[in-house]
Amino acid sequence: MDGYNFAYLDEQTKRMIRRAILKAVAIPGYQVPFASREMPLPYGWGTGGIQVTAAIIGTADVLKVIDQGADDTTNAVSIRRFFARTTGVATTERTAEATIVQTRHRIPERALGADQIIVFQVPIPEPLRWLEPRETETRKMHALAEYGAMHVKLYEDVARHGRIATAYDYPVMVSGRYLMRPSPIPKFDNPKMDRSPALQLFGAGREKRIYAVPPWTAVVSLDFEDHPFEVQSWDQCCALCGAEDSFLDEVIVDDRGGRIYVCSDSDHCGERRAAGHVGPQPDALGQPVEAAPR
Amino acid sequence: MTGQPLLRVAGVTRRYGTRIGCRDVTFDLWPGEVLGIVGESGSGKTTLLKCLSAQLEPDAGRIVYATRDDGPQDIFALSEPRRRLLARTDWGIVHQHPVEGLRMKVSAGANVGERLMAVGARHYGQIRTSALDWLGRVEIPRDRIDDMPRTFSGGMLQRLQIARNLVSQPRLVFMDEPTGSLDVSVQARLLDLLRGLVADLGLSVVVVTHDLAVARLLAHRLMVMRAGSVVEEGLTDQVLDDPQHPYTQLLVASILHP
Repeated sequence: MDGYNFAYLDEQTKRMIRRAILKAVAIPGYQVPFASREMPLPYGWGTGGIQVTAAIIGTADVLKVIDQGADDTTNAVSIRRFFARTTGVATTERTAEATIVQTRHRIPERALGADQIIVFQVPIPEPLRWLEPRETETRKMHALAEYGAMHVKLYEDVARHGRIATAYDYPVMVSGRYLMRPSPIPKFDNPKMDRSPALQLFGAGREKRIYAVPPWTAVVSLDFEDHPFEVQSWDQCCALCGAEDSFLDEVIVDDRGGRIYVCSDSDHCGERRAAGHVGPQPDALGQPVEAAPR
Repeated sequence: MTGQPLLRVAGVTRRYGTRIGCRDVTFDLWPGEVLGIVGESGSGKTTLLKCLSAQLEPDAGRIVYATRDDGPQDIFALSEPRRRLLARTDWGIVHQHPVEGLRMKVSAGANVGERLMAVGARHYGQIRTSALDWLGRVEIPRDRIDDMPRTFSGGMLQRLQIARNLVSQPRLVFMDEPTGSLDVSVQARLLDLLRGLVADLGLSVVVVTHDLAVARLLAHRLMVMRAGSVVEEGLTDQVLDDPQHPYTQLLVASILHP
């Protein structure tokens, strides 16, 4: 695109962001401040993730962007188009083909490999913010690893609901040292972060923080001995592809209250259908199997 | 009172610019002893308490605390993590306004359990049992455990703050006007409770108050402060019944007797 540098940001900015990323990788889970730039879309739309992607993307990369697991939602489409126009790199909707996956609210169902990088869009990076509004104090708590207060939140959950009711943005300990917010992914995805072969990068544009989980790093979800961490489960399978082990979204299909559960990862669901898996209501969304999004 | 003092304070001075917060304060606090610090507003009581509890670094002087594991240690020579750990486990700090010492956005049970979780308790059932136990000991009905502190009365808040501090079984508790914002009958009950707890647990306490009645009920020993300096100290009854320093005489004489 004329008038713009490759990947929109100028080279000095990308260099600054790469330095922050290197530091973040060197100290797993530690929030590295960086000079976040104004981006041509509003805060909350993924400005942090976009800057991280812009700093690491190269001409040979293949980019996939998802929002709530789907490739065809507004946020995903606009960011994918943004990078297609400013870099000219290939984009894909297939997890297996991508070298960089930028995501909001999900980790793809297909296990990521060592040649892939996943970039998370983060609204609030600080896990201790809910109980301590002072940045100076939360930094000190991180420095001294004073994380006991985080369990107060889980205690409140159990006291009120009888179980740990936190369902997304579930706090984790990274490499046994730093407490980290995994961004608003469902806790269903937390186990995927643990010892993942892929590099995981997190960008928070408004809060101006970058953090990372390097490949093969231990990521442990907080819990109590008598209330261990567990992920969501459903009593039905995906209506389209019949998957029983994926994260399901509830979708309303008519105006008479009819609802079905379908895979939130659209690529995963499409791949399964293409491979011949059929759920109980394959036509519920008006998409015949052969026309599933590829 | 055998062995060594729990807290040794020598020549503690704190200035605010050219103004004096407290000047050259020296005393020993023994295990199981309750020391009252009395004086009018602005006499340096709270500054001294903040220095003692490591919330404020003094400009001169030493504060040596007998730690459980490593014997006497100068608290400001300790590393910050150790000092913070000490303040969270071996000490308690009861603020005048419970709002400063409590987390108002989490339930009473979580407030009491926080210190346990901070030192590594990870068993919900056990944390809850301790919280229930402590609520009972400070006379808060057990069925209020899941209620928010904002639904509590002033006296209950203050008792909740005390439970939150004592759950980690501290050896030394600092209290800044613990009954300051309570009405008289609630004050009396709280003092009763505090007296019982101090005796049962063998706590050492430094209590700051401007209320001589509170000092008389709680403290074994008194220090009278004025303009940053200690003007008189001695056993509580001795100081209050036979004040020597003119300022102490004035202080005692200004109590209203109904």
